[in-house]
Amino acid sequence: MEKIEFNYPEAKRLVTKRAHVGVVGSGDMEVLLEPNREEGARVFITTSVNGFGDAWKAVFDRFFSKFDGAVRIYINDAGATPGSVLLRLEQAVEVIEQ
Amino acid sequence: MNAPTLIPDFVNRKSFIELDARARAQSLFDEGTSKELVGPFDRIESPWLAKQGIAPQSDDGCIVIKGKIGGSPVVAIAFEGAFQGGSVGEVSGAKMTAALDLATKDSEAGKPTAAVLLLETGGVRLQEANLGLAAVAEIISSALALRQHAPVITIVAGTVGCFGGMSLVAGVSSYTIMTREARLGLNGPEVIEQESGINEFDASDRALIWAIHGGEQRVGMGLADSLVEDDADKVAAAVRACVHKGVPEKHRTEQVELYRARIAAIDTSSQIDPATLRQQWASPKGGVR
Repeated sequence: MEKIEFNYPEAKRLVTKRAHVGVVGSGDMEVLLEPNREEGARVFITTSVNGFGDAWKAVFDRFFSKFDGAVRIYINDAGATPGSVLLRLEQAVEVIEQ
Repeated sequence: MNAPTLIPDFVNRKSFIELDARARAQSLFDEGTSKELVGPFDRIESPWLAKQGIAPQSDDGCIVIKGKIGGSPVVAIAFEGAFQGGSVGEVSGAKMTAALDLATKDSEAGKPTAAVLLLETGGVRLQEANLGLAAVAEIISSALALRQHAPVITIVAGTVGCFGGMSLVAGVSSYTIMTREARLGLNGPEVIEQESGINEFDASDRALIWAIHGGEQRVGMGLADSLVEDDADKVAAAVRACVHKGVPEKHRTEQVELYRARIAAIDTSSQIDPATLRQQWASPKGGVR
C-alpha cells in the first residue's frame, strides 16, 4: 500500500458541493471530492498498488489542466487503471457541477 | 411492414443486483424520506486494513440509511459486496449494531422502527478476525432485541451471496427475501471444497451450488420467505409487504422442535438431493411460517 499526495495551488475557483463516487472493489476506486478550506487543490491517494506515483501524477496533471476548483480529493484505490481513474474523477465533477 | 416489437419485461426492468449497496438501500425508501447516517464524509474507516497493506473504504463498506417505507420508519443497513467481499469488520459491525440498537430504542419509545439488512457478504473480515467475530455476536443480539418490536428484514439479492457469520444474522431475521441469483449458506462452496475436498463439494459446479444454496431452493425449503425477480420495484414491494406484516407470530429460530424433528426424519443412509429435501420440508403455505 502506498500513500501519495499532490498539490495544485493554481486551482482557485470556489467549489461549494461535495461528491462521493465509486467503490474500493477490484480494479476500481472511490473518490471523495469536497471544497478545500484553503486556496488551491490537494489530492490524497491511498492505493493498494505500489510504484505507480508517476502514473498518478500524469492523471492528475491532465485532470487539473481542464478542471479548476479549490478542492480536496481523497482517493481509496484498489487497482483502478488510469482510464478508470479519470472516469471516476469526471463522474465526481459531474456531481458537483449539477 | 411494422410488426410490433415485443420487448420482454426483463429488458425494461430496473435491475436491483446491478445497483451498488448505497443505491440498493436508497431504492427501498419512500421518495424524499431517506437520510444516510455516518456517511463516507464522516470517514470512519477501518483502522486495521491499512496496517495490512489494504486500501480502506470511507464507509467501511457498510451503508446506514434511515427513512420511511410505506409511511413507517425503517433503517436500512447495506453491505457493499464489492469492497472486501462485503465482509464485517470492527467499524462496519459497530455501524450495524448501533443502527439496530437505535431502532430498538425508538421502538421501545413507541415508534416501531423496522430494519432492512441488505447482505452481500462472505461473513467476518479475516483481516479483523476477532473483532469481526465479536461484531457478529453483537449484531445477532441486537437483531434479537429489535425483532420483538419490529420486523428485521433481510434481503440477499446477489451476486456475492450471504455466508459465514452473516448467514446467522439472516437466520435470526423475521423475513428473508431472495432472488434466484442469490445464495445463502453457512459455509460458502469454496470453503467447503477447501476443507473437505472436491468430492464433498465441487465449488466450480454452479448448478450444484445453486441447487443447494440458491434462492429458489432456500425459499422452497422454507429457510427464506419470498423469492423475487431481480427488479428494484419488485424488491421494494416485497420489503413494503414485510414492513406492513409486522413482527411474525413465531420466528423461524423459535421453531426448534419443528427443525429438530425434520432433521431427525432425514434418511442419511443415502445421499439426499435438493429436490427431495425441498419436497419434504415444503409447507402448504410455501414457507415454514
